[in-house]
Amino acid sequence: MIFLKLILTNLSRHRVRTGISIAGIAFSVAAMLTVVTILQGAVAMFSGLLSDNSQIVVFEKDVSDLFFSSVPNSAVQQIRSWSMVDHANPVLFGVVSSTDHPIITCFGVTAQDARLNSAKWVAGRRADFGAVKDGVILGQRAADFLKAKLGEPVAIGYEKFPVIGIVKLKNGFEDGGVFMPLPLAQQFFHKEGSSSVITVKLKNRGDAAVFKQMVAQKFPTLIALRNQEFDHSYSQFKILKATAWAVGICGLLLGGLGVANTMIMSVFTRIRELAILRVNGFSNGQIAGMIFGESGIVSLIGAVAGLMIGGVVIVGLKMIPALHGYIDSHLQPWVMIAVVVLALLTGVAGALYPAMYAMRVRAVEALRFE
Amino acid sequence: MSSFFVEEAEPARSVVRAVDVWKSYEQGAIRVLNGVNFEAVAGQTVALCGPSGCGKSTLLHLLGGLDTPTAGSIYVHDVKLEPGRSTLQLLRHQMGFVFQLHHLIPGLTLEENCMIPAVAAGTARDAARARMLQLTERTGIVHRLKQPIQKLSGGERQRTALCRALMNRPSILLADEPTGSLDESTSRQIFELLLELVETEQITLVMATHDRGLAERCHRLVEMRDGRVVDARAPEAEVTQGVQ
Repeated sequence: MIFLKLILTNLSRHRVRTGISIAGIAFSVAAMLTVVTILQGAVAMFSGLLSDNSQIVVFEKDVSDLFFSSVPNSAVQQIRSWSMVDHANPVLFGVVSSTDHPIITCFGVTAQDARLNSAKWVAGRRADFGAVKDGVILGQRAADFLKAKLGEPVAIGYEKFPVIGIVKLKNGFEDGGVFMPLPLAQQFFHKEGSSSVITVKLKNRGDAAVFKQMVAQKFPTLIALRNQEFDHSYSQFKILKATAWAVGICGLLLGGLGVANTMIMSVFTRIRELAILRVNGFSNGQIAGMIFGESGIVSLIGAVAGLMIGGVVIVGLKMIPALHGYIDSHLQPWVMIAVVVLALLTGVAGALYPAMYAMRVRAVEALRFE
Repeated sequence: MSSFFVEEAEPARSVVRAVDVWKSYEQGAIRVLNGVNFEAVAGQTVALCGPSGCGKSTLLHLLGGLDTPTAGSIYVHDVKLEPGRSTLQLLRHQMGFVFQLHHLIPGLTLEENCMIPAVAAGTARDAARARMLQLTERTGIVHRLKQPIQKLSGGERQRTALCRALMNRPSILLADEPTGSLDESTSRQIFELLLELVETEQITLVMATHDRGLAERCHRLVEMRDGRVVDARAPEAEVTQGVQ
C-alpha cells in the first residue's frame, strides 16, 4: 500500500507533467483506435461486398487488385451448371469520376443479385432493373451526392444514364455506388464478356474444398477462395491493415516518448529521494518497480481515456453525412485490447531508461552534498 | 598509519570494523581517507570528531556499505563487506542511518515515512505497524502519525527520521551530524533520545559530529584529521557501559 502511495505521490507532485503524459498516451490511443477501426471497417465493408449471401469468391489468379480481375462469362455459365452450386453471381467492379466526386464505385450485377434483394427500395421498382435499357440504380448516398432523382438522367463518367431506382444499403460502398446491369457495365468499362469476380453460394458448405479443386482444374487462370481465406490473403486488405497499425503504432511511439520524457524528469528531480530509499533498503527491483509502476499508471489512465476519446471520435465521424456508411463504429474487443496492451508496452518501454538510471543512482553521491 | 582498536583483556564482540581503509576520488587526485583503522563493539557509542572534510562522513558511508573503499576492508559482524546483495541485506537488517537533514519523503505521512524500511524488507504489515507504534511512542510523536511531514516541526521530523532508521531493528546506527540542523534545545533533546534508544535497543552508535559537548557523552571519541584517525580517547565510562 505504501509502495503504491510512493508511486501515486510522485505522480501527484507534478500534476501538469503527469497530465500531459496521460494526454499524450490518450491521444495516441485514440488515434490508433480510430485509424484501425475505420480501416478495419472499410476492409470489412469491402469484404462484405463479396460475401453477401455467398461463401466463395472466384477471381483471376495473381491480380493485385480485384478491379483488374477478369473472369470470363463462360466460367460463370459453367460454374452455375455444377450441381453443388446454389447460385453464382458475376460482379464487375468499376470506378468512374464525376464533377465533384473523384471516385464513384460502379457495380455491374445481374438482375438476380442478392444485394438488390436485400436492399430497401427508396424509389423505383426492383423489376425494372435490367428491363429498362441503360437504366441504373443508385445507392441512396450516391443519389444524394449526385443530386439524382428517379427518372432523371445522371452523369457517370462521360455518359448519362436514366435513374430507375434508388436503394438504401447498409454497406457504405454499396450505398455510395451505382448498380448497372452487367452487360451495360461490361460495355461501359470495355470489359465485354467478363466480370471481376463470381460470388458463389454452395448448397452444402462442406463442398467448398471440392469446389475449389474443380475451379483449379477447369480454370487454371482463376482461383476460388472461401470468404475468410480471401480476407486473409487479399493483398489490398493486408496493405490497409498494415497501414492502419503502422500509423497507430507511430502515434503510440510519440506518446511513449512523452512518457519517457516525464519519467526521466521524474527520476532526475528526485535523485536524493531515490538515494534515501536505497539507504533504507530498497533493492534495484523495487526502485525499478516504482518507476515502471508510475509509467504503467500513466499509460493505463491514458489508454482508458484514449479508448473513450477514440469511441467518441468514431461515433462523431459516423454522424458526418459524407462519411455515412463508410465508418464502422463497432469497436472490436480485440482491437481495444491490442491498443491497451500496446499503450502499456509503450509506457514500459518509455520507462526503461529512467528505471535503469534510477537503479544506478548511488546513494553516497546523492547524499554527499546536503 | 593511524589506528585505533579496542584493547581489553577479553576482546568485546566487534560489530563494525575498518581495516587499513583508503578512499580517494578522481584517480587518486582527491584523497579522503588515508589508511584508517576503526572498530566499534556491541553497544558502544562512538563519536567521530574533526574539522569539515576530514573524512568523517566518508568513513560512515563506508562502514554502512553505501560506498566501497579504494583499498582496505570493512567488516560487519566479522563478515567482509562486498558490493551486491550482501550490502542490500546489510542496509535492510543491520544498518540504520540518520543524517543532518531528515530526508523524509514529502507527500507521505509521518507513519508512512517510518514504514519505508519495513516495505523494503518485506516485513509483515502487522509486525511493522507494531514496531512503528512502539518507536513513535517512545520518541513522542505517536500523536502525529497521520500528519504529512510538511506539517511537522524540525524536531519532529528528525524524530521521524530516527524512528525510520530503527524500524528494522538494526545492530548499528550511523548518524551523520544528526542534530546539526536543529536549534540547541531541540538538538539536546534529540541526542538524549538517541542515546536512550541505542541503549535500550542494544545498538552500536557511530556518530559524526562537530558538537564536542555531544561527543563527550559517547563512550568513545575518535578524532580525525586529513583522512586519518589522530586521537582516540576512551572515556572511563567505556569499560563499564560500552563493552558488554
